Amino acid sequence: MGKKLLLQNIDVPGINTYEVYRKTGGYKSVEKVLEQKNPDAIVEEVKKSGLRGRGGAGFPTGMKWSFLAKPEGVARYLVCNADESEPGTFKDRYLMEKIPHLLIEGMITSSYALGANTSFIYIRGEYFYVLRILEKAIKEAYENGWLGKNIKGSGYNLDLYVQVGAGAYICGEETALLESLEGKRGNPRIKPPFPAVAGLYGCPTVVNNVETIAAVVPIVNDGGDAYAAVGVERSTGTKLISASGHINKPGVYEIEMGVPVEEFIYSDEYCGGIKNGKKLKAVVAGGSSVPILPADLILKTAAGNPRLMTYESLADGGFATGTMLGSGGFIVMDETTSIVKNLWNFSRFYHHESCGQCSPCREGTGWMEKILHKILHGHGTIKDIDLLWDIQSKIEGKTICPLGDAAAWPVASAIRHFRKEFEEYVNNPESIQDVKHYFNVHNVAEA
Amino acid sequence: MAKVTIDDITIEVPDGTTILQAARMIGGHVVPPAMCYYTKLKTSGGYCRTCLVKVEQGSEKDPRPMPKPVASCRTTVMDGMVVRNTTSPEIQEARAGVVEFLLLNHPLDCPICDQAGECHLQDLSYEHGKEGTRFEFEKRTFDKIDIGEKIQLHMTRCILCYRCVKVADQLTDERVHGVMNRGEVSEISTYIEKAIENDFSGNMIDVCPVGALTDKTFRFKSRVWYTKPMYAHRDCDKCSGKTTLWYQGEDVLRVTGRKDVYGEVEDFICNTCRFDKKLTKDWVIEGPAEIDRHSVIIQNHTEKLIPKEQVQILPNLPGVDFTKKIES
Ligand SMILES: Cc1cc2nc3c(=O)[nH]c(=O)nc-3n(C[C@H](O)[C@H](O)[C@H](O)COP(=O)(O)O)c2cc1C
Ligand code: SF4
Ligand code: FES
Repeated sequence: MGKKLLLQNIDVPGINTYEVYRKTGGYKSVEKVLEQKNPDAIVEEVKKSGLRGRGGAGFPTGMKWSFLAKPEGVARYLVCNADESEPGTFKDRYLMEKIPHLLIEGMITSSYALGANTSFIYIRGEYFYVLRILEKAIKEAYENGWLGKNIKGSGYNLDLYVQVGAGAYICGEETALLESLEGKRGNPRIKPPFPAVAGLYGCPTVVNNVETIAAVVPIVNDGGDAYAAVGVERSTGTKLISASGHINKPGVYEIEMGVPVEEFIYSDEYCGGIKNGKKLKAVVAGGSSVPILPADLILKTAAGNPRLMTYESLADGGFATGTMLGSGGFIVMDETTSIVKNLWNFSRFYHHESCGQCSPCREGTGWMEKILHKILHGHGTIKDIDLLWDIQSKIEGKTICPLGDAAAWPVASAIRHFRKEFEEYVNNPESIQDVKHYFNVHNVAEA
Repeated sequence: MAKVTIDDITIEVPDGTTILQAARMIGGHVVPPAMCYYTKLKTSGGYCRTCLVKVEQGSEKDPRPMPKPVASCRTTVMDGMVVRNTTSPEIQEARAGVVEFLLLNHPLDCPICDQAGECHLQDLSYEHGKEGTRFEFEKRTFDKIDIGEKIQLHMTRCILCYRCVKVADQLTDERVHGVMNRGEVSEISTYIEKAIENDFSGNMIDVCPVGALTDKTFRFKSRVWYTKPMYAHRDCDKCSGKTTLWYQGEDVLRVTGRKDVYGEVEDFICNTCRFDKKLTKDWVIEGPAEIDRHSVIIQNHTEKLIPKEQVQILPNLPGVDFTKKIES
């Protein structure tokens, strides 16, 4: 069994309640930081831990925290990104649903480290029932003196609010999230300025993922060095992986960074192998945005080394032969999967979710979806495949926010690794089984 | 001051200048096209991506290149920055892509569009676009709506530059319009087609780079190239009263702000000047509008060269240091 730092108590009955959570050592990190009275020391521990953002980009959290501007007399905010809308990713939901106090404890400790007196959890609208769970837990935390004025006699004040989104993937992008939190249309902001300088209501703000904030708890309790001792290279600690697709045991797994991909897919401790004894065809390792890899490249790098579940190993080979750890949404596809159909499904999503601010993403996502829809129905041409490639290349890196990249990468990687399959759809349309009439998102307003 | 080199031409500019502004100070071919940025509108720019440039060297201190093309209208220069626009094939390719995206759902109804001849999308397509289209699906369309008595919105032509939204936010008392829906079906809207009634709403027409917002008092009266622009002014208690009158024979067909070569007005004007003063006797005529002598269709291509003493262009000749400080 690998070491667990977040979910070790997940099976304790009643862990979602304050009493049980507290009995298992909950809120110790808050006691510790309030006693030590040294916020900067917490930032140092987080730096030492090597913790990297779990929302997808993997930016070092300690560094992000140290960038936070601290002008005199200006409020600072901590905002937790619980928008979790990347297809294939459901780890934050699991954590909040099962052990909500861990997030709240992390929010208090992190807010103290950053000197924030008001903090927010922004949760996606579809997680409405989780909102209820969080609200209950927050109420318990207030009742027990962990939130509010003069927490445990320390003189530190903190109010924590939960805000629900209204169902837009783009509101997970941190600046769109801030806009939405301010009550505006959720359009990503043009950066700079970065949130660390001008974030929520123009004040310095840190935005972190749910899992990132939860990981601060073990870092404070056991020290940054202990956290960094788990994992390999610059991938320290543990990672929650949302495993889905054609596997025997889909679910959320906490793994030590560095578990070989092969072990993760086939061992009984994790996914338990491919369903119905089928063969592995491809994996999307980090949520729908990251490049898809065929079986041979996900199990071993192009150089023939075993691929590990780390930021570095998954990225080995760049986009030519590698991918990204992303948000840890691990989607497994067996030999029966149609890559074209799957890609169309992803493209449909990005088309639907583009905010429409910048022209390459607004126009390009819809165009790619339409072409894929056409190919999927057996009306495509070889030129269409090349056109898809060209369109994605004109979106990637040219947009305001990374949603454009997120829409481009799946298309590029599917064509890069599975071009033959696209050609098959073009050359032998009659061989396509199961052509239902798929719903095409022509009009988002009606969809 | 910061020294920046754009397409091998070096210029010194005040700190905080954007790459686009620096390029405009140099003038000519190095200026990236800008479809959404508008100097007089705060927070404009960044949306259309036509002004993308390559930053080959970030600054003197940190010479690393920027990993991706940047929007020149929203990126400030750093001392020692090296930028490529027309001299980067990669940027030319990216821009052609952006033009294709902007035209993807555009109706291309130029023959019956009032903006034809002074349309920035036409110019952009002419300069950077490709022949033909690779889009074979049905284009999206919207119904025309009247926003107020004098302005018509033809959303089908809109490129979502957000300029009119900024006009509404920044010039007029009450914000009554914005962007509805998202993605491909985003639309500029007054919500329930509420009329926009305030003294400065007409400026939306002037800032619109395409024919999405048009002056109903001018619609279909004439092609712009058959009209003659004259500078004029009047005493106005609401605005500067400095305008361009567009004549056909003796008749003033429309009144607009005075635009520069980038389509930006000198002053925003009020609706009284724009819509209600259509007689020569309402105005003091100053004379013909400044025009670019190289243009046949002269309207709005009023190239105004920046006086030499304001801008000093420093050629990059090997071994010769032409660097001179320019007084700000
Ligand atoms: C389109 C888009 C959607 C995103 N959605 C999420 C999300 O749902 N949850 C999340 O934590 N980060 C999301 N991110 C990443 C955030 O912008 C941001 O990087 C992250 O919240 C930072 O937290 P971290 O440093 O703890 O990872 C998204 C980014 C983009 C571009
Ligand atoms: S890339 Fe897409 S989602 Fe991001 S700002 Fe541009 S249009 Fe909006
Ligand atoms: S002018 Fe710079 S992005 Fe539109």
